[in-house]
Amino acid sequence: MGNTITEKILMAHTDLREISAGQLINARVDIALGNDITAPIAIKEFRAAGGKKVFDRDKVALVLDHFTPNKDINSAQQCKTVREFAVEFGVTHFYEGGQVGVEHALLPEKGIVLPGDLVIGADSHTCTYGALGAFATGVGSTDLAAVMLTGELWFKVPSSIKFIIYGKLSKWVSGKDLILNIIGRIGVDGALYQAMEFTGETIDNLPMADRLSMANMAIEAGAKNGIFAPDAITKGYVEGRAERPYKFYASDADAVYSQIIEIDAGKLEPQVAFPHLPSNVKGVSQAGNVKIDQSLIGSCTNGRIEDLRIAAEILKNRKASPHVRLIVVPATPLIYRQAMHEGLLDIFMDANAVISPPSCGACLGGHLGILADGETSVATTNRNFVGRMGHPNSEVYLASPAVAAASAVLGRIASPEEL
Amino acid sequence: MIFTGKVWKFGDNIDTDAIIPARYLTTSDPAELAKHCMEDADPDFVAKMKPGDIIIGGENFGCGSSREHAPIAIKAAGISCVVAKSFARIFYRNAFNMGLPIFESGALADAIAEGKQITIDSAKGTIAIADSDQKFPISPIPPFMEQLIADGGLMKHIAKK
Repeated sequence: MGNTITEKILMAHTDLREISAGQLINARVDIALGNDITAPIAIKEFRAAGGKKVFDRDKVALVLDHFTPNKDINSAQQCKTVREFAVEFGVTHFYEGGQVGVEHALLPEKGIVLPGDLVIGADSHTCTYGALGAFATGVGSTDLAAVMLTGELWFKVPSSIKFIIYGKLSKWVSGKDLILNIIGRIGVDGALYQAMEFTGETIDNLPMADRLSMANMAIEAGAKNGIFAPDAITKGYVEGRAERPYKFYASDADAVYSQIIEIDAGKLEPQVAFPHLPSNVKGVSQAGNVKIDQSLIGSCTNGRIEDLRIAAEILKNRKASPHVRLIVVPATPLIYRQAMHEGLLDIFMDANAVISPPSCGACLGGHLGILADGETSVATTNRNFVGRMGHPNSEVYLASPAVAAASAVLGRIASPEEL
Repeated sequence: MIFTGKVWKFGDNIDTDAIIPARYLTTSDPAELAKHCMEDADPDFVAKMKPGDIIIGGENFGCGSSREHAPIAIKAAGISCVVAKSFARIFYRNAFNMGLPIFESGALADAIAEGKQITIDSAKGTIAIADSDQKFPISPIPPFMEQLIADGGLMKHIAKK
């Protein structure tokens, strides 16, 4: 009986010769990630356990990206805790200030996470790296502390759901729309404890930025990880970034799946997740008249240069509707610089957008774009729970950069086709 | 372990933003987090609940972010344990790792009314509703997870090894 790519990567990080879904294993970790919210608890646990060194200074990544630039004294204090730890233990991949980016955009961009890796992060969107053909999953702060001490962690080998996606995507349809559609089909716990394996001809032709958006939101279906078999597109992305060896894994032809779901993506229109669950999905043509106060383009889901190019294509020679706050968040300093050199920032500023520094702040209702009582935002982010971006009575609609840009112009949830 | 307490009932998909909103994550101080436990699901929860009370959830309790602040807030507020139809996987992991007892029982979550008293006997694997003959089974916990609880959480488990 064959194995899935998820099972193979997990097995390769143990001394086992066989592995199957449901098994509890102890596995070696290649990269362990924490941020300014989750790392302080891990550091406290690490120190309480008498940690004298981290298991491998090159395999820990600490990224101060959530409440940064420091939003208040408490946030500054949390960052200080992480900085002091990073300096004391010589953590190689420590990012802050002008070098920090949104962690799940930054780590792939810098080649820190690679195909075949086993990555854990004290951040639920760690599953993003499955786009590269890595096993990557979000864990808690205590798990991060354990890995920083020992380099290993316990896992339950997940069963896998195989998605076979075919058909040519329409002009404004992206990986974001695919994953929203999938979450709408299977629900926010439709893949609970499982791996989501994305395959099919649509996926074979899907650019890396779109794959990263899709893997990013696997957690929104309850999944342990999302994963794509690495291919020529993966190679093209990783080459020039990787500074260590990496390995491509693929599922066996006779691998066992808990479920196989086929999707014709050729008929798909841009998708919108209505409040207050990522599974509350409709086609944009069915959205009705939803007035917005804010449009947020950015985040670990959709803050990459490809996302900003799409937004700029739509916003060029247009302006955000009066009283709509358009906020653009380039996810990393490199993306920011690229957007600057390509003239995208001029287009955004001409459209009356605010250009934010790279930060997770607005997406999680931390800072840099909070909603008031009764306000509504369309956002290219990943969660629209009650109070996610501010006041408990505010609302978040999740969509692609194309829909967010068109909505900013028209002042309501809209398709680019309407412009 | 035996837990007896009054239950507070919540629906499906109670996410970690509802358990502890991100606006309070500028600290990891348990006492501070406890003040806002369940705030965006029920703003009056902390004022109403008493130490030893039990939270009942529906499907996918604790979905969303990986923040360990969520089980910390629940535990520090004095909630003795959480029973739900199912748990989101990171929350499940976090609860065992940091020592918040959680139990799965879909039948109880359906049958119980808010304000009732229940008794959970984890050794026997049953939950009983006070003043009634009704008993509900708890889904069995994998032996490894039992070991984690017995050792007092993941860090103590590692120290023991």
